Amino acid sequence: MFSVLRDLIRYNAEFAIGLVLVGLVILFSLLSFVSPVDPTAVSRVAPDMAPSLDYIFGTNSRGQDMFWQLAFAFRNTLTFGLTVAFFSRIIAIAVGLLAGYLGGWIDRSLMFVTDIFVAIPIFPILILFYFVLKTNANGLSLALLMACFGWPYDARLIRSVALGLRYREFSRQALFAGMSPVKIMFEEHLPYVMPIIFSTALANMIWSIGLEVTLAVLGFTNLNIPTVGTTLYWANNHSALVVGTWWWIAVPVAIVVILFVGLFLLAVSLNEYIDPRSRLRRMGA
Amino acid sequence: MKAYLLFALKRFIQLVAVVFCGCSIAFLVAHLSPISPVDTIIMQVTGRSASSPEAIKTLRAVLTEEFGLNVPLWQQYLNFIRHLFVLDFGPALIAFPTPAMNLVMLALPWTFGLLLVATVITWTVGNIAGGLAGYFQNSRLLKAFGIVAIGIQPIPYYIVAFLLVIIFGFLWPVLPISGGFAMDVAEGWTLQFALSVIYYSILPASALIIVGIGTWFLGMRALVSNIITEDYVTYAELAGVRQGRIVGSYVIRNALVPQLTALALTLGSIFSGTVITEQVFTYPGLGSLLVRAVNGGDTGVVLAISCISIMSVASAIFIIDLLHPLIDPRVRSE
Amino acid sequence: MTDILTVEDLKAYYLMNYFGVNREVRAVDGISMSIARNEIYGIAGESSSGKTSLIKVLAAATRPPLKIVGGSALYHFKSGDIDIAKASERELEAIRWRNLSYIMQGSMSVLNPLRKVGRIFEDFAARPLGLSGGAFRQRVVEHLERLKLSPQLLNAYPHELSGGMRQRVTIGLATVCNPEFIIADEPTTALDVVVQKDVLSLVKRLQTEFGSSIVFVTHDMAVHASIADRVGIIYAGRLVEEAPTRTLFAAPKHPYTAHLVASLPRIGDTGQRPALEGRPPSLANPPAGCRFHPRCPLALDKCKTEVPPLELVAPGQRSACWRWADVRPIVPAPAKVAEAVR
Repeated sequence: MFSVLRDLIRYNAEFAIGLVLVGLVILFSLLSFVSPVDPTAVSRVAPDMAPSLDYIFGTNSRGQDMFWQLAFAFRNTLTFGLTVAFFSRIIAIAVGLLAGYLGGWIDRSLMFVTDIFVAIPIFPILILFYFVLKTNANGLSLALLMACFGWPYDARLIRSVALGLRYREFSRQALFAGMSPVKIMFEEHLPYVMPIIFSTALANMIWSIGLEVTLAVLGFTNLNIPTVGTTLYWANNHSALVVGTWWWIAVPVAIVVILFVGLFLLAVSLNEYIDPRSRLRRMGA
Repeated sequence: MKAYLLFALKRFIQLVAVVFCGCSIAFLVAHLSPISPVDTIIMQVTGRSASSPEAIKTLRAVLTEEFGLNVPLWQQYLNFIRHLFVLDFGPALIAFPTPAMNLVMLALPWTFGLLLVATVITWTVGNIAGGLAGYFQNSRLLKAFGIVAIGIQPIPYYIVAFLLVIIFGFLWPVLPISGGFAMDVAEGWTLQFALSVIYYSILPASALIIVGIGTWFLGMRALVSNIITEDYVTYAELAGVRQGRIVGSYVIRNALVPQLTALALTLGSIFSGTVITEQVFTYPGLGSLLVRAVNGGDTGVVLAISCISIMSVASAIFIIDLLHPLIDPRVRSE
Repeated sequence: MTDILTVEDLKAYYLMNYFGVNREVRAVDGISMSIARNEIYGIAGESSSGKTSLIKVLAAATRPPLKIVGGSALYHFKSGDIDIAKASERELEAIRWRNLSYIMQGSMSVLNPLRKVGRIFEDFAARPLGLSGGAFRQRVVEHLERLKLSPQLLNAYPHELSGGMRQRVTIGLATVCNPEFIIADEPTTALDVVVQKDVLSLVKRLQTEFGSSIVFVTHDMAVHASIADRVGIIYAGRLVEEAPTRTLFAAPKHPYTAHLVASLPRIGDTGQRPALEGRPPSLANPPAGCRFHPRCPLALDKCKTEVPPLELVAPGQRSACWRWADVRPIVPAPAKVAEAVR
């Protein structure tokens, strides 16, 4: 597995760049663990100061140091994204594998449910959710709710892989040799499924973080927890552009774009690596 | 023909199921609220002036009945379903006592129009450009386009809309950044009105197009890269079939089929994007209405918008599904 | 000149560079042969022997990573000579489908699934024929009828036709311009024997009625036995034997051919067949000398270092073996065949 990573980094430019970009953002957010500043405190430093050597990302109108603020914001946002990705993977894998392996009416009913979830636009439901819970809506419950909507597409993908694997020769041989189905699933099939899980998890992260940012910007989440979205909300609230504190918006947007582009490149290069046909195409003189 | 009708029937049943489940979920979430709309109104009324306790009790009783809250939850649910059939969502709080549905119906055409135009442009232009990029892999121009697409594609709708507001609102004010039409033009089926609508929709539509086109471009390009390795394309090429014919009828045409399916799958998120963009541009569609409703604590309108959007998206997917056999002859014979 | 194709020392390799590793697969490594007008020439060999790559070169269908690195393949068409190895794309376009056409392996998927058969004919053949509209359709219908195919096919979609039907339509598509040279790559694989017989007789009629020369590639020796005039055996990127069909089966002069021929079951035969040991060599790293020597029962020390040249060893028969005179058929040919050869 490490040799695969090493090969990818060395020869696949997209993967390498993606890794670097995402790595930078992760490092930045990890800094929040050593922050001397309490992220929920306001009016700690002089407000509206442009980026300088003292304050690398400037300060905002609420009197907070943008650097540490954003470190926390990204930590929370990334954790959020990972949580959603994690839980939605569980559902997607469970549904996809069950449907693919067991087939029959289980498959049909699961796919029916999946198609229903695909068609439901999640945004109104998220807004309803915030609306009824107001400030009781914390990150975890939102994450769980989004996980309930982020699995259908990937479940279908995993199901088709499971269908393919089920009928492959080596599965039948293993079964014939007496290996239990569960053991087959974990030892023989998982290596095929894992790369897909990784790349869909990355795409899922982009989706969930984007949605969280959108909700927060509109003011529809708990505004006291610093995340990328809430930062932008407060910036708007204080008319950052009119007042002139452009860095309040520009810096988080720039970092978010870096994160997204990085995740996207990783997902795309992983996808291409998995696909055997694209490997053949890349050979050539 | 009979097979097609059977197919349509199956899809229709699925449509009904989706609407039913989605609206039920919306109902359930809406009723998680610890705050009832009755209390909200009472608070508003008592906040403005003093009232006698009897008056408040009567008001509470009337409102409770008006909002249908005087029965247990399961019965409320049944009432909800019944009312769903006639699209009655009760009165709107933010414009009491106008029915919530009326507000939604006012806003719906705006959202629908914006969504339709933007999606059609994004899908066709994005796919054709992506198809060309996938076929002519050595073209510098298309490769550059691809890099731009990768850069733009992950940016959320909100940020692009916001950037457009900054650019055209402050830096280069040539296009209107708020409203659906000029304030001095009367509504109606006149050319003047139509032109005004178009003028005001340029920016919101552009936001949607910029964000969406990258995704379709990249997806199509990947799809086409695979299709050109297919036997029938290779065969046509070495037989000397005219290149224009190959790119059009052998490559892009075949790639559009899965892209149509993809359109159906992503309609939900395109819709969400439209809602957000509208809010940024204060476009008189469902987006702005939704924010007003949330800020006004209006469950009825929020629920109405949720259900209507579920119905719209599900119907659009249904229509796209119906189109499928028409463009792919292999599906017809199933 | 009665030859329609002259191939001289043709070399085509797969040149690959992936993840820092350079690989050169010598799929076609110095092949020289010639094909006469109006003959059916069969090419036989195992999988990954290089025969499909050879076909791709002859059909001007090479794509990266396959590249022609040396030699020539000169066609002598009525309209003029053209060397595939050196011709420009424009020159190739002039002969494609008109003088030279190609029936590809895997007819299941060579027809665009979203296009009606009639439109596919238009795409492929209207330009080379220089016809359009009614005149074109007329020509296609006539051609299909000559091949005993119903013109109704033109209104169908490819997935509505059975596998055998699709193959016949593909053959019709490849021959509608009456090309002088047709290359057929495994056209009968994946078809059941009944359909196979139909397709083969169709191919035979192409030769007798249309006067085309046909190069026919298949690993199935029985097919060669039934329609080929001459057969060439490819092993590890090289031509190792070439002879008229009957001679090849009755009196092979290369040990590999002897084993190939012996693999065909015969009526009344009850003995066991000896199998060749080992597997075909990797074309990226082929053995030195004669490439067959690791598996050859007649190998000498000389075979390990010196490449035997392809030489005329009997009238019309060439063999690339130092010990060609010692090769005996493993299972004796039926009396009639042996008699006809002698």
